[in-house]
Amino acid sequence: MIYLDYNATTPTDQRVIKAMLPYFHDISANPSSIHNAGQKARQAVESARATLAKMLKCQTDEIYFTSGGTESDNIAVKGTAFAGGKRKKIVTSAIEHHAVLTTCEYMHKFGFEIVKVPVDQYGIVDLNVLEKEVDDDTLLVSVMHANNEIGTLQPIREVSKITQRHGAIFHTDAVQTVGKMPIDIPSMGIDMLSLSGHKFYGPKGVGALVVRKGMRFDPLSHGGHHEQRKRAGTENVPGIVGLGKTCEIAIDEMDAEEKRLRKLRDRLWQGISTKVSELKLNGHPEKRLANTLNFSVKYIEGESMLLQLNMNDIGASSGSACTSGSLEASHVLLAMGVPHDMAHGSLRFSLGRFNTETDIDKVISVFPGIVEKLRAISPLYKPSITGMHKE
Amino acid sequence: MQYSQKVMDHFMNPRNVGEMQDADGTGTCGNPVCGDLMTFYVRIEPRTDELEKARICEIRFKTFGCGAAIAVASMASEMAKGKTLSQVIDLSRNDVTDGLDGLPPVKMHCSNLGVQAIHEAIKDYLTKIGRQDLAEKIRGCPKEEH
Repeated sequence: MIYLDYNATTPTDQRVIKAMLPYFHDISANPSSIHNAGQKARQAVESARATLAKMLKCQTDEIYFTSGGTESDNIAVKGTAFAGGKRKKIVTSAIEHHAVLTTCEYMHKFGFEIVKVPVDQYGIVDLNVLEKEVDDDTLLVSVMHANNEIGTLQPIREVSKITQRHGAIFHTDAVQTVGKMPIDIPSMGIDMLSLSGHKFYGPKGVGALVVRKGMRFDPLSHGGHHEQRKRAGTENVPGIVGLGKTCEIAIDEMDAEEKRLRKLRDRLWQGISTKVSELKLNGHPEKRLANTLNFSVKYIEGESMLLQLNMNDIGASSGSACTSGSLEASHVLLAMGVPHDMAHGSLRFSLGRFNTETDIDKVISVFPGIVEKLRAISPLYKPSITGMHKE
Repeated sequence: MQYSQKVMDHFMNPRNVGEMQDADGTGTCGNPVCGDLMTFYVRIEPRTDELEKARICEIRFKTFGCGAAIAVASMASEMAKGKTLSQVIDLSRNDVTDGLDGLPPVKMHCSNLGVQAIHEAIKDYLTKIGRQDLAEKIRGCPKEEH
């Protein structure tokens, strides 16, 4: 299978698996135990924490290990909201991951006002609206670093400056950028950051929330004294070791990998867009993750393209309603003003470490035939009038 | 998406795809906003208003939609082909989904569109031959699509 769905999840790197293996049996004691075996596990956890801190340019005691991006986002939003205080407003963006959006919406039940700031046609948050909405009643501003569907990068420093002016907390869901591009938490003005291991070749079920010193937040799970009493439960030692290892690899390899993937991604778009008419790129042409390509194919629907790609052993994803489990097209594309039919006709190819030029060329050779076949079935496609026209 | 082999077969090799010049009736259901749109074309023989005698001798369709929508349209076209209008009017969504060995629950809404659009084409035929009274008795697509 030619896997082009890395934004959904990544395979765990073999080097990461190798680093994790001793921690299932040989070094399997509880890091909270006083005996040597326990202390060995503790050292492994703290060594991973140090690697994360090095990668993100933050302090080790600012890192809290979690089960992944969703839990980190939940702690960031609910934890700050439940920590008390007079502020009752949460400002977020219209294109956040559901882990943030749904959690914010839930907080409405507890008396918080939720504001979703709109985005422009490229999916970049409207800073003018943000500036107007963030006020002295604002507790938290949560704006993602890069969007998972379209890859568009947000102006994090500007959002942070606006947030700081009003003394609010700035959280960013950086699940799609950590390990893919450099992140400097202090200089980017980030107060809280969510990350997830399985989005960059680590294992599933482990992630972290970074919280800068001085930020108040309540834990979601209560119990033992783990993670500075902020996240009770015995540490997922093998997972944390894997997360540390995947960060170590990312530190060494991300620059070269970013360049390689950008070249492959651009080759894919170049190849497809010269062979297929009436496509529209979704997301910002430049301010975008190097691995992400999202576009809409006029007159046809996304799921049917995915099924055809799957028959050719190619795995991708779509913002069509038919793939979401609901009947609504992608909230991200709709927020950008993409018309419904074009949102249903969207495709996302997200590339990663194990893709090669051969993979990309196979997609380029197969895809035009798929579009042609589905357009031939579509009542919306009138080749005699529109066939030669390219937007 | 967990599709049956029959769904995948009809999706990969849809039967009766196309348009029809001078069709006796055409019917469209769905809406690209919802992500599904189907147009059916039928040729009727003999061209009578007797529902037990008039048959769909030729049927064509075009679909914008997901794999289930394409398979539903293809299966519905197969089921309607060669049948009398009264037999086709009795066709239900369940007949189509049963014919496809079922659909995933989230896709069940697609299954309506196939027979609805064919019924719409029959309504169009009856209206054209001056039997609006008969046409009005047939349920086509729901008026509020979105």
